[in-house]
Amino acid sequence: MTATAVRSRPATNLRFAGTDKTYADGTVALTGVDLEIRQGDFVSVVGPSGCGKSTLLRLASGLEEPTGGVMEVDRGSLAYVFQDATLLPWRTVEQNVRLLGELHHLGKGETRRRAAEAIELVGLSGFEKHMPHQLSGGMRMRTSLARSLTLAPSLFLFDEPFGALDEISRERLNSELLTLFTTQEFAALFITHSINEAVFLSTQVAVMSGRPGRIVGRVDVPFPYPRDPEIRYTPRFAEICAELSDMLRGAS
Amino acid sequence: MTHSTLDAGQVPAASATTVPPVTPVLVPERGARPTRSRSQRRKDVLDVVLPVLVFVGLVALWYLISYVVLAPERRFLLPPPHDVVRVGFGDPANLQQIMQGLGRTTVIAMLGLAISVVVGFTFAILMASARWIERSLFPYAVVIQAIPILALVPLMGFWFGYGMTARVIVCVICSLFPIVANTLFGLQSVDRGQLDLFRLHGAPRSTIFAKLLIPAAIPSVFTGFRISAGASVIGAIVGDTYFRQGAPGIGVLIDLYRSRLQSEQLFAAIIASSVLGVVVFMIFTWLGRRIVGSWHATGRSLV
Repeated sequence: MTATAVRSRPATNLRFAGTDKTYADGTVALTGVDLEIRQGDFVSVVGPSGCGKSTLLRLASGLEEPTGGVMEVDRGSLAYVFQDATLLPWRTVEQNVRLLGELHHLGKGETRRRAAEAIELVGLSGFEKHMPHQLSGGMRMRTSLARSLTLAPSLFLFDEPFGALDEISRERLNSELLTLFTTQEFAALFITHSINEAVFLSTQVAVMSGRPGRIVGRVDVPFPYPRDPEIRYTPRFAEICAELSDMLRGAS
Repeated sequence: MTHSTLDAGQVPAASATTVPPVTPVLVPERGARPTRSRSQRRKDVLDVVLPVLVFVGLVALWYLISYVVLAPERRFLLPPPHDVVRVGFGDPANLQQIMQGLGRTTVIAMLGLAISVVVGFTFAILMASARWIERSLFPYAVVIQAIPILALVPLMGFWFGYGMTARVIVCVICSLFPIVANTLFGLQSVDRGQLDLFRLHGAPRSTIFAKLLIPAAIPSVFTGFRISAGASVIGAIVGDTYFRQGAPGIGVLIDLYRSRLQSEQLFAAIIASSVLGVVVFMIFTWLGRRIVGSWHATGRSLV
């Protein structure tokens, strides 16, 4: 078992080099993962269920420690968007968005200001006083995004955030997420089941194999930002999807 | 944490009530609150009509037994309903005696419940904050629940005298466990993702309790209160029946009326104590809904 290095280095937001993760019960979740995310990168990871994709995020965020290899991450301002919106049901949209400001002791005025700004950014103005159970799945996810945005993160970790949404909400949120990506200037590591979603969003898509999780291939996506939702129907887009699909079949 | 909406130390449930009401002007695109449909209204009507029909049936059965099954000289075993109402509640002297007894029993039950709430809540928080405390104490919480309370009542009288103290202690023993168990369950059944969120952002334990665990547990806490409130009333009446000293509670009256063959008063007293149990249960259900209902699904669906 090699020693794990967790150091801060601003040039790279997140770097895995030969990173391993074996759980206490002997389950090997990840072996020899190499992945690097720099400012301006939007990297997606696609792979079969249970291949350890989410483990990548848990390592990057510090919720779990790697058991081998190297991992460097700048955790100075990190956002983690969970599969579930993880809103507190007893708080209004506005109060939910303020939560991280409270946890980081940003002060009442600053927290309020940032929350108002973030709510505006995700298009939830007018819904500040709504309770989570009154919102649709898409709006709950927007609230969750707004909550993360209040910290102005330089690295965003997404764990299949739109997996539970219907196709229409999902595509709309994809486009809006890209708008945020180009205006707010963060680097992103995005976990998803959907090749289509991964290609539409990312600068690079990595394919992960089933247990134990390994990166078996990666494809750069050449489309410039901002991206028109229509690029999904271009031949080039289809080609990239096909290539990834082949890799995925080989991997599982 | 002066900037927080739920300050540590403040009971979060209280701030949940201060959440401003929803403005109905802006209706969310999807997932909006369902409006009451016609079939829903019909269901509401049935919810009232069916229990009323059952009530009428039970009263009819009562009359049947009083007048048909029982011979007139044995009718004192079950006097007809209108006699119970006329003698037990209609006669001011009887009514006053029953209400006074009921009042004393209520005070004892609520005092016991209040102690249980404070002690039970504290213990549940302690158990939730350290696994070893839970492991050491929870078996005994179960033991308290499993002890047949009747077996302990004479002992309480023996130790604390047959007055107020012993009666309150009996109520506490009856009502402690549901609060401990439900609060602990609520504290421990918090969503893992939410817990990860708080940990990820470096929240200390005290903040996790104040802003996440305790608010999340409130629905379970109220379930516990409601069960305990009923148990405490039972404890108070059992205590009454055993300890015949001092001012008589409703339990003493019930036994007194039985020994004097005052059947009408006996049934009136039994009905009064049943109503007390139901009212206490309803008050806590209502309180739980008021505080929790605005956000938590269980606040709506339970009873």
